[in-house]
Amino acid sequence: MTPLLEARGIVKRFGPVQVLQDVDFSVPPGEVTALVGDNGAGKSTLVKCISGIYPSDEGEFLFEGNPVHIHGPRDAATLGIEVVYQDLALCDNLDIVQNMFLGREKRSGLVLDEPTMEQMAAETLAGLSVRTVKSLRQLVASLSGGQRQTVAIAKAVLWNSKLVILDEPTAALGVAQTAQVLELVRRLADHGLAVVLISHNMNDVFAVSDNIAALYLGRMVAQVRTTDVTHAQVVELITAGRSGNLGTPPAENGAELMEPTIPGAKE
Amino acid sequence: MTTITAQHIEPAAVTPKPTVTSIVRDYFARIRGGDLGALPAVLGLVVLCVFFGIMRPAFFSAGNFANLFTQGAAVAVIAMGLIFVLLLGEIDLSAGFASGVCAAVLAQLVSIHGYPWYMAVIAALVTGVVIGTVLGFLVAKVGIPSFVVTLAAFLAFQGTVLLLIKGGTNVSIGDEVIVAIENRNLPPWLGWLLVLLIAGGYAVVQLMSLRRRQQRNLVTEPVLVVLGRIAGLALILALAVYFLNIERSVNPAFNSLKGVPIVVPIIAVLLIVWTFVLRRTAYGRHIYAVGGNREAARRAGINVDRIRISVFMICSFMAAIGGIIAASRARSVDPNTGGSSVLLYAVGAAVIGGTSLFGGKGRVLDAVLGGAVIAVIDNGMGLMNLSSGQKFVFTGSVLLLAAGVDALSRRRAAATGIR
Repeated sequence: MTPLLEARGIVKRFGPVQVLQDVDFSVPPGEVTALVGDNGAGKSTLVKCISGIYPSDEGEFLFEGNPVHIHGPRDAATLGIEVVYQDLALCDNLDIVQNMFLGREKRSGLVLDEPTMEQMAAETLAGLSVRTVKSLRQLVASLSGGQRQTVAIAKAVLWNSKLVILDEPTAALGVAQTAQVLELVRRLADHGLAVVLISHNMNDVFAVSDNIAALYLGRMVAQVRTTDVTHAQVVELITAGRSGNLGTPPAENGAELMEPTIPGAKE
Repeated sequence: MTTITAQHIEPAAVTPKPTVTSIVRDYFARIRGGDLGALPAVLGLVVLCVFFGIMRPAFFSAGNFANLFTQGAAVAVIAMGLIFVLLLGEIDLSAGFASGVCAAVLAQLVSIHGYPWYMAVIAALVTGVVIGTVLGFLVAKVGIPSFVVTLAAFLAFQGTVLLLIKGGTNVSIGDEVIVAIENRNLPPWLGWLLVLLIAGGYAVVQLMSLRRRQQRNLVTEPVLVVLGRIAGLALILALAVYFLNIERSVNPAFNSLKGVPIVVPIIAVLLIVWTFVLRRTAYGRHIYAVGGNREAARRAGINVDRIRISVFMICSFMAAIGGIIAASRARSVDPNTGGSSVLLYAVGAAVIGGTSLFGGKGRVLDAVLGGAVIAVIDNGMGLMNLSSGQKFVFTGSVLLLAAGVDALSRRRAAATGIR
């Protein structure tokens, strides 16, 4: 199966600090790809390169097999790439429909086309089998953390997106709400979307993902099927960059590589 | 891998169809949750009217009822503009003297240079827009806090008014059209026609929206509630016009005085237009979004700077209209036009009406409701022959009370998760 998105040899530097070194990353459609790594491993930077917030210094992106250039968030959105950030970026004083269409309101002439927007929002939420919100006209301020996450994800899905990137979607949630959000993540993939899930939580990763991609100090050390690895192996990949015959060989994993990848280490 | 099955595939977000009782219940739940809406203003209005009515029976005379509209008009119009700025959590302290500057421009052109009234009005409005553009640019692009920018402008505009009317003389305005705004009335039949137009228009809009939603199988309010709202509006308008059409002249044969003051339809049009902009256009939606969460608005692709500049333009534009109304009422412009308590009354009107000082919450109607409260206080205390000192202390206390209600209801709302 051709991956929906393939990143080849991505390099990103911030001044002298090389945050991403020759990263290869492929995201197949209809699957959940977990992106794991310790703090500072480069997960967020990689996501920002994909979503066009940072330009990458080297390397190329293939989208549906064709080389593409992503110069900004607009380019990414045109391709069908949507990112749900950790802080969700919802307006508390607007309701669910208003938030889902924020900045891309449907209009008929000069006037907002509320019925169409409400209908589309209802259909999207129904398609995701969301049953936790009481009314579409509820203010986001009155929603729980899990419901907000749901709205943010539904907002990303609304635009016929093909790739949805979720940054730590369960970080602030309780047990029941985490289960709900993970269920939703699984359903996105079952609907044929490619999903990238950034997470620190191994339980979440093993619960929903089909693939695991591990970053270690700016390098992609392994991208494996979730069924082929154990919990402990993934933790080793995250903390040491290798596990058995997975990951970088010991020689390349030397201490001299560690320095430039720790932000601020040179100063 | 653990598979998570979708156990509950049922239509999403099904809301039980609201009934009259559920709407009443939701309303009380919202009030208890700290979302007071227009309640404090309406309650305050009723209490104040009853109080002044008992203390001074003249308060309820037809003549005094008409006075309330003409007294409160300028403040309500300035407050309408301020609401746009307050929605972003900003403040415009210069709105009062901006209205003074625009009124001075008007007076200069119409009284001293003899331009026709429409040229002078256009010049005053353009002055307002220019002032707003400069203020907005300094806030949004240069990055000076709006408090400081508009405080500086407050001082500077006070001086500008003095300079424009040459050191404190009183420039009287003789132009019939401009004076008519606050001092002439519509013929009674035109008042009734306006009631018919506004209530009818409201009914058409409401019923059409109801039908469109029914056609798409969206959740709709009960027809009874929609009809009740339409009837309520029609009743309020009809009562107001009925009382305004009562003869208020002492000697009707000599000089008949009845009908809706011309300024009232002006306020109604402004109220409808700005409410439409805020509630029904993408621009209005973006104002709420920037006021609610600026970062989210930015990420949604909204040009935040442009929104911020534009609200200052709207605010100063409305201040210009307020200035014209004030000039019409006084039939003159002096160094105090738009000064003294005008700005504080306008901010007070917005806050009393239910607009939050913290941004993201407010309606244009708040300006009219709050403006009415301010006008009633001002008028009632005038009738009771209170000294200026007592008036200022009392009005200040009411403003503080309103801001306190806003802060407390906000805290309560944060605790219950509604806002």
